[in-house]
Amino acid sequence: MMTLTDDQRMLADSVAPFMAEEGAIRAQLRHWRDIGCRDGFGHGLWKQFAELGLTGILIPETQGGAGLGMVEAGVVLEEVGRNLTPSPFLTTAVAAVRALEGSAQAERWFPGIMAGETVAALAVDEGKHHDPARVALEAKRSGNGFTLNGTKQFVVHGASADIILVAARTAGAAGEREGLTLFAVERGMAGLGVDNAALVDSSKAAHLTFDQVTVDADAIVGEVDHGWAPLSRALNAGRAGAAAELVGVASGASAMSLDYLRQRKQFGKLIGEYQALQHRAAHLYGEIEIARAAALKAAQLLDAGDPRAELMVSVAKAKAARVAALAVQEGVQMHGGIGMTDEHDIGLYMKREAVLGNLFGSATFHAGEVARISGY
Amino acid sequence: MTADLEHFRADTRAWLEANCPAEMRQPMRSEKDACWGGRNFTFQSPAQKQWLDVMAGRGWTVPDWPREYGGGGLSAAETKILKEEMAAIGARPPLTSFGISMLGPALLKFGTESQKKHYLGQIARGEIRWCQGYSEPGAGSDLAGLQTKAEDAGDHYVVNGQKVWTSYADEADWIFCLVRTSTESKHGGISFLLFDMESPGVSTRPILLISGNSPFCETFFDDVKVPKDQVVGEVNKGWDVAKYLLGHEREMISGMGLGGERKALGAAVGPIEDPLLRAEIATFDVDALAFAAMSERFIDQLKAGESHPAFPSVMKYAGTELNKRRHELIMAAGGSDALEWDSERSNKGKAPRDWLRTKANSIEGGTSEIQLGIVAKHILRLPGA
Repeated sequence: MMTLTDDQRMLADSVAPFMAEEGAIRAQLRHWRDIGCRDGFGHGLWKQFAELGLTGILIPETQGGAGLGMVEAGVVLEEVGRNLTPSPFLTTAVAAVRALEGSAQAERWFPGIMAGETVAALAVDEGKHHDPARVALEAKRSGNGFTLNGTKQFVVHGASADIILVAARTAGAAGEREGLTLFAVERGMAGLGVDNAALVDSSKAAHLTFDQVTVDADAIVGEVDHGWAPLSRALNAGRAGAAAELVGVASGASAMSLDYLRQRKQFGKLIGEYQALQHRAAHLYGEIEIARAAALKAAQLLDAGDPRAELMVSVAKAKAARVAALAVQEGVQMHGGIGMTDEHDIGLYMKREAVLGNLFGSATFHAGEVARISGY
Repeated sequence: MTADLEHFRADTRAWLEANCPAEMRQPMRSEKDACWGGRNFTFQSPAQKQWLDVMAGRGWTVPDWPREYGGGGLSAAETKILKEEMAAIGARPPLTSFGISMLGPALLKFGTESQKKHYLGQIARGEIRWCQGYSEPGAGSDLAGLQTKAEDAGDHYVVNGQKVWTSYADEADWIFCLVRTSTESKHGGISFLLFDMESPGVSTRPILLISGNSPFCETFFDDVKVPKDQVVGEVNKGWDVAKYLLGHEREMISGMGLGGERKALGAAVGPIEDPLLRAEIATFDVDALAFAAMSERFIDQLKAGESHPAFPSVMKYAGTELNKRRHELIMAAGGSDALEWDSERSNKGKAPRDWLRTKANSIEGGTSEIQLGIVAKHILRLPGA
């Protein structure tokens, strides 16, 4: 069934006002941006996420979490997107938890994540485009552990993270899925260089340099040379989550634009009376509904362990990115001059879409995945 | 409950296995393989007739209609199982009919008891083939501006006027028709009439389309007598019936965007050497597979009573625009092979004829622009919409 259960609806009803008040643009995004915060998010809010049980949303009940799934995480992320709430929820509570689950590392990190004290990051991309199979960062056996050499970029929250999940190559050649290994690298390791970059949306992502960084064998998540399994679990959860957040971004931008169409007068008429704008708003409404359905379907298939999940995750990520891009572009255009000002929030939606649209693979990357998975 | 459904599934599977003729499990080659039923229908094979008869015998041509009106009396869950089991063996629909998809739901909601008993049973058994008399030369998007008039002549109406885009009027037995019974109000002067196409004064003329086919007609009424008990709903309140029926029509047309399956187009058109075309098709597949998810959600929301009444307009708009794009891409992938019009090699120009046909998708049943207007007004509640 592609309708929400009563429990899922209750979750949405409780998260929506929290995000709209505590996670509001003025309280969080603008605040941390304007004071030049190193993290780009507030640790106090992350603690509040924990108090609401959100940080452990995907962590099994046996390990103290809520034991819920991607549908529920998506419900939260849609509200995060709607309010542009900055937090490590997607990278830490969704992607990293999915990578760590079932591994020896889980017991070590899950309590901190549930407490809202630990931030985790995912280090995959090495060039300006996402392509996980092309990972080349080298991990060589040395003594009881491995030595890592190479670079990563677009590591969201990389400078704030207590633990960075690093995809490295232990065998094979760039382009192959086999031969990858996932390492949990703690902050402050010798040889680990962190260049914290502010992104267009005021979030932070790091460039990392690994210069003879030595880790123990127990830093391995999953199995040596078979890191694709935990990595793709993390990426698919991250992608489905990003799709849900993009739906929220699109909905938030669209709601703001519709309000404007109902208020702004030109030529003696509300601009929402003009058919040229009505039809574009109606088209956008339908597109957002399609993206929402795709994101929900992807989350449901992931939760069910369905083999079609990989395809639908790429469909959802590509569709949600395209639709959110349409929503923010229409948003700024429909707002006219005021939409170009920093004072107005609509432009912040455009900036967030740019980052989320690229995170864990752009719309074109995922359209390519749809073709590849479908066999053409 | 679940155990009952599993029982139902097992019984249904066994019954279909025993009763669906092998020939009726072959994919339909064209629209011509559909069984339309009706007084003048020529069955393509004994198997086609047999399949209709056995299914109608169980009420499974209209599985979710009540039994007393010729239906199967199945619950929504059972109907879904029946459809799944039919799909699993590739069973063709036993009957394709505007009576099932359009008139029937309207009669179930607005018809009198005797109308339901009489007409619904005929529809369920495939005895009467219906056509739809809505559009007129001067009333297309502005449907309520229709002028065909029905004058009260005591115990009957006298109908005069013209309809256009009447699908298969030349093959249909009866028509459900919007007529003007009052000029005092535009929307409040319309009535919903049923009458026999063999009535004196009815004539039809097929319209040759750009696809080279003629699925539509012009239909003329010249002093056609219609008994008064053939009005559905109240006199002058036919617009309510019409709108309800259009909602069903929009759902049906929007479903065409799926092409009956949810496989990627890129996998269906064969090897694509042009990387730019491959990219365009992949972009289309993202949109099509996402739309399939919305179709699934829409059906679930309908069942749960959570769907906005204007949502069929969203489905119709998105589904038809997608179907047009699908056929643009099929033409692009087909290259010069897809330009041949009547060769055997090209299956008598199936690709270009289908492509041209899809251009009507965003016109018939309310244009894309009309649908967007409905969304702007009823869902977004924009001012002056």
